[in-house]
Amino acid sequence: MTSILTYTFKNLPNASKWALRFSVRPLSCSSQLRAAPAAQTKSKKTLAKPNIRNIVVVDGVRIPFLQSGTSYKDLMPHDLARAALSGLLHRTNVPKDVVDYIIFGTVIQEVKTSNVAREAALGAGFSDKTPAHTVTMACISANQAMTTGVGLIASGQCDVVVAGGVELMSDVPIRHSRKMRKMMLDLNKAKTLGQRLSLLSKFRLNFLSPELPAVAEFSTSETMGHSADRLAAAFAVSRADQDEYALRSHSLAKKAQDEGLLSDIVPFKVPGKDTVTKDNGIRPSSLEQMAKLKPAFIKPYGTVTAANSSFLTDGASAMLIMAEEKALAMGYKPKAYLRDFVYVSQDPKDQLLLGPTYATPKVLEKAGLTLNDIDAFEFHEAFSGQILANFKAMDSDWFAQNYMGRKTKVGSPPLEKFNNWGGSLSLGHPFGATGCRLVMAAANRLRKEGGQYGLVAACAAGGQGHAMIVEAYPK
Amino acid sequence: MTAGRWVNSLETDLFPSKFKPILPHKCYVCRNFTRSSALRSRTHINFGVKGDVAVVRLNSPNSKVNTLNKELQSEFMEVMNEIWASDQIRSAVLISTKPGCFIAGADINMLASCKTHEEVTRISQEGQRMFEKLEKSTKPIVAAISGACLGGGLELAISCQYRIATKDRKTVLGAPEVLLGILPGAGGTQRLPKMVGLPAAFDMMLTGRNIRADRAKRMGLVDQLVEPLGPGLKPPEERTIEYLEEVAVNFAKGLSDKKISIKRDKGLVEKLTSYALSIPFVRQQVYKKVEEKVRKQTKGLYPAPLKIIDVVKTGIEQGNDAGYLSESQKFGELAMTKESKALMGLYHGQVLCKKNKFGAPQKEVKDLAILGAGLMGAGIAQVSVDKGLKTILKDATLTGLGRGQQQVFKGLNDKVKKKALTSFERDSIFSNLTGQLDYQGFEKADMVIEAVFEDLSLKHKVLKEVEAVIPGHCVFASNTSALPINEIAAASKRPEKVIGMHYFSPVDKMQLLEIITTDKTSKDTTASAVAVGLKQGKVIIVVKDGPGFYTTRCLAPMMSEVLRILQEGVEPKKLDSLTTSFGFPVGAATLVDEVGVDVAKHVSEDLGKAFGERFEGGNIELLKEMVSRGFLGRKSGKGFYIYQEGVKTKNVNSDMDGILASLKVPPNSSDEDIQYRLVTRFVNEAVLCLQEGILATPTEGDIGAVFGLGFPPCLGGPFRFVDLYGAQKIVDRLRKFEAAYGKQFTPCQLLIDHANSANKFYQ
Repeated sequence: MTSILTYTFKNLPNASKWALRFSVRPLSCSSQLRAAPAAQTKSKKTLAKPNIRNIVVVDGVRIPFLQSGTSYKDLMPHDLARAALSGLLHRTNVPKDVVDYIIFGTVIQEVKTSNVAREAALGAGFSDKTPAHTVTMACISANQAMTTGVGLIASGQCDVVVAGGVELMSDVPIRHSRKMRKMMLDLNKAKTLGQRLSLLSKFRLNFLSPELPAVAEFSTSETMGHSADRLAAAFAVSRADQDEYALRSHSLAKKAQDEGLLSDIVPFKVPGKDTVTKDNGIRPSSLEQMAKLKPAFIKPYGTVTAANSSFLTDGASAMLIMAEEKALAMGYKPKAYLRDFVYVSQDPKDQLLLGPTYATPKVLEKAGLTLNDIDAFEFHEAFSGQILANFKAMDSDWFAQNYMGRKTKVGSPPLEKFNNWGGSLSLGHPFGATGCRLVMAAANRLRKEGGQYGLVAACAAGGQGHAMIVEAYPK
Repeated sequence: MTAGRWVNSLETDLFPSKFKPILPHKCYVCRNFTRSSALRSRTHINFGVKGDVAVVRLNSPNSKVNTLNKELQSEFMEVMNEIWASDQIRSAVLISTKPGCFIAGADINMLASCKTHEEVTRISQEGQRMFEKLEKSTKPIVAAISGACLGGGLELAISCQYRIATKDRKTVLGAPEVLLGILPGAGGTQRLPKMVGLPAAFDMMLTGRNIRADRAKRMGLVDQLVEPLGPGLKPPEERTIEYLEEVAVNFAKGLSDKKISIKRDKGLVEKLTSYALSIPFVRQQVYKKVEEKVRKQTKGLYPAPLKIIDVVKTGIEQGNDAGYLSESQKFGELAMTKESKALMGLYHGQVLCKKNKFGAPQKEVKDLAILGAGLMGAGIAQVSVDKGLKTILKDATLTGLGRGQQQVFKGLNDKVKKKALTSFERDSIFSNLTGQLDYQGFEKADMVIEAVFEDLSLKHKVLKEVEAVIPGHCVFASNTSALPINEIAAASKRPEKVIGMHYFSPVDKMQLLEIITTDKTSKDTTASAVAVGLKQGKVIIVVKDGPGFYTTRCLAPMMSEVLRILQEGVEPKKLDSLTTSFGFPVGAATLVDEVGVDVAKHVSEDLGKAFGERFEGGNIELLKEMVSRGFLGRKSGKGFYIYQEGVKTKNVNSDMDGILASLKVPPNSSDEDIQYRLVTRFVNEAVLCLQEGILATPTEGDIGAVFGLGFPPCLGGPFRFVDLYGAQKIVDRLRKFEAAYGKQFTPCQLLIDHANSANKFYQ
């Protein structure tokens, strides 16, 4: 940790600016980081690789992320996705017919629009000649959509891909019970009245009990919040630290919102309602208020509460990805390069949310970078406890050696470069859409703050994880 | 050969060998040495203070488990007195830092060394006084339970004001004293009914069953659960115990600050039950019902359950003082009974038979292959896959294979239904099984167990086939109940790698594994077989090769006598009731049906040839006739009884009357004689096995007989029975029967020696 600090201080001259702006009280564990600098000198190499196409993000947008049950509650997922796609069209002015392919990520599928990418694209006015598919990989579904696009471009199959993600938690498919479904299907096939009556006579009242979409991990039957609480306990992350981190996220998000930094947002005129222009989950509170909340999962003594967890969110995002030469030929000024990425997976029971810990050293190694080279970290914040546990795991030689098969730790990201415009805890986390938000936040921060490399990382249900290096496009 | 509930329940986790140390526990150090007393040398207890909470950490040296022995008790009381005397301390946490074990129980050797029941009563009274002090403590004490909390450990925990338990599989609470023929003697019989209610308390104390943490929480036996943690900055087990301590310390603080109440919210059902039980008439009915049930199940052979009911009743009806007095007195009486000595002997025997005295094998078996997907083969597969062994199940036909695979799946799925496994775990375990018809993958096998039909030439055939494909180190084990292993090994190119592994059906229920070594079997091969058996959760006896090995050989003369008794005109139902009332879990006639009449015939013929007149008695024509009529026992639907799917009551097969009538011999035995004719032949043969060196130790003989053949557990096995009943008396009976029936009753030399010298098998 200290070595990282020294390095950072040495290389970052104008420290004072950020120190002033950094109004939130930093976490106790890293209070020495208070005087934190930001802008990076521009002397690093570019990560272009010979014989591999450079892939760029032209731009990306998202509709405001709203707490579920608010303004988007009467819509369907493809409505949100469509709004994001329309916003992207508007923002980039990309001619519809140059888009080769559209990919969307989503987690809880609306059965009517199981290929939500296609339904949304058609409705958003994309060409009906542009194929679209939907991917799912829990909280890293949008990341999977983007990297699938990267793969298509890198292999020369496409030049222009739209990737995005959508989630509508205001409405989820609640099914009839299996017994009821079976009976209904059998009734369909029954030919005579006698057959029908005999089937109906088997009806029992408990057939009517509905089946909710799984909130628990299928393999372990454990809810994610419960796992997060255990993870926090395993790494001895205190309730106070978690609340403090959550407060930081909300405060930074509020500040970013107030300063107009969340430029990836496109307004969304909700039919029959007002135009939504802002995320509505940002609620900076006080530590005292947060301390009053009861634990949400491990009762009565757990540490994960509603205030230090990400909330159920509705939202959608979309991003225009192109081969660099194509973007330049079309006269675009891209925002960033998408560079190396990795997917990792580990034990879904006890290490469910440690994806970033596993993914970070791998992606850095792949790109030939170290943690010190990264100017902007954008990690998905599922829970405060999860972020802080990942920090501790990344900073532990013991963990690296015993669980990751590595010789040394990768180190913990310096907090002053970490999720500076808020994160999933405050901005919200529409499962399928968060990935694009992370990449756009990294790209926009690099432009704003003058850094070169961004690191995006996220954990996902199933014990999986993802990380990607985003490189600022030279101005 | 199903052993009944009494035998099965002995398997419970009270046996220490189950608690494998997960980690060498060296890194867990107490960080809070704030009091000078902590520096005083204690070996079992480490004591520190966190704020105003005392943390008492138990960890007995050089043992896998903590037991409430004298030293631990005295150190504990010393520490507690210090806590009570201190002004700084307002509450206490009691925790074990030994992985997988809170306190596994009282030290039963403490009882074994007592000569009179008064001495035992005094031990009980000391325990009662100690726990009464805990119960009356004005400073709240929180028991933080991780791992086994059994017997005396449970009694200690329920004396504390609050209990927090880790919700993992190793954490179990229970009162297994009844399985050792005694009762919870340190206040357990008095506190448990108050804590969990009369019915649940009876259930715990009369069955001795282990209760998992989550169920304990629902019952009100523990107040809070702590989830086991995964890896953090320390190994998971270590951090989990630390976390348990942190949580317990917080609750201790909360209790002493009166922020948390020890009163538990009772559910509606619970409230109604406790209301009903406040009516004396209802209570009397409960006592009566429980007593009836116990009498029916124990057939009066086990004194402990009835005394437990009596003691609980005394406490509730006549008050605490009478209850405690009765508890300690009955505890003393029970500890001196033959039944208790027999059951404790079995306990020690089982501990011994769960160790590998042949050392660690050179190569650990990871890939197992099983030939034959019949009842046995699939059963062996089932107990292997769920222990993580990669298992190939090979059969000759797709139908046979499919049946076997389904058996394994059903075994696992039944556990899912009982919530012992999740469906995901089931699927993941099931993926360890590969079903196939060919020898693909055998080149990687570390051990092959054949469970093909009991036919020597078939066994030779598969042995040769297998040896052509397996690697050099691979062990070939034969699962046979009677074929001599050296005859099977005769076809082998590498007889040092051939061994017998005799499993008992149903494999997933029966605990015994009889391992048979020939003169040529290498020590490493034996070590390997024992290691696999232990992994499969078996209790293991290792015997020398010979016709019928040990178990089958002991059973055969008894079976022969069964036939003779049936020929004398004793009804199968009568015979069954005579044998079960002697303590056998399954009646003798039913046993023949269960084993299979054809198998019994086969074995009788083989062993009859080998041993001649000693195996005579019953007429083998009876079995031959039955086989020819298709009365093969349960598997064919008819034997001595008629078996129908879904019909629970068994009816006697009336077609047997004619067969039995044609082979009738004159009856001349009393009921008691019938019982002793069966048992003495069994015992005589068992002792002969020891005399001839088939058995290495009497312990293995007892364990094999009880766990494999259902020999009455209350008698402790044939050897313990001789010791407790008296060798002379058995020889006398044998002589009497010898005079009446012939040489099959001639007592063996070792038995005669014991009768003459008053030597005992157990010192």
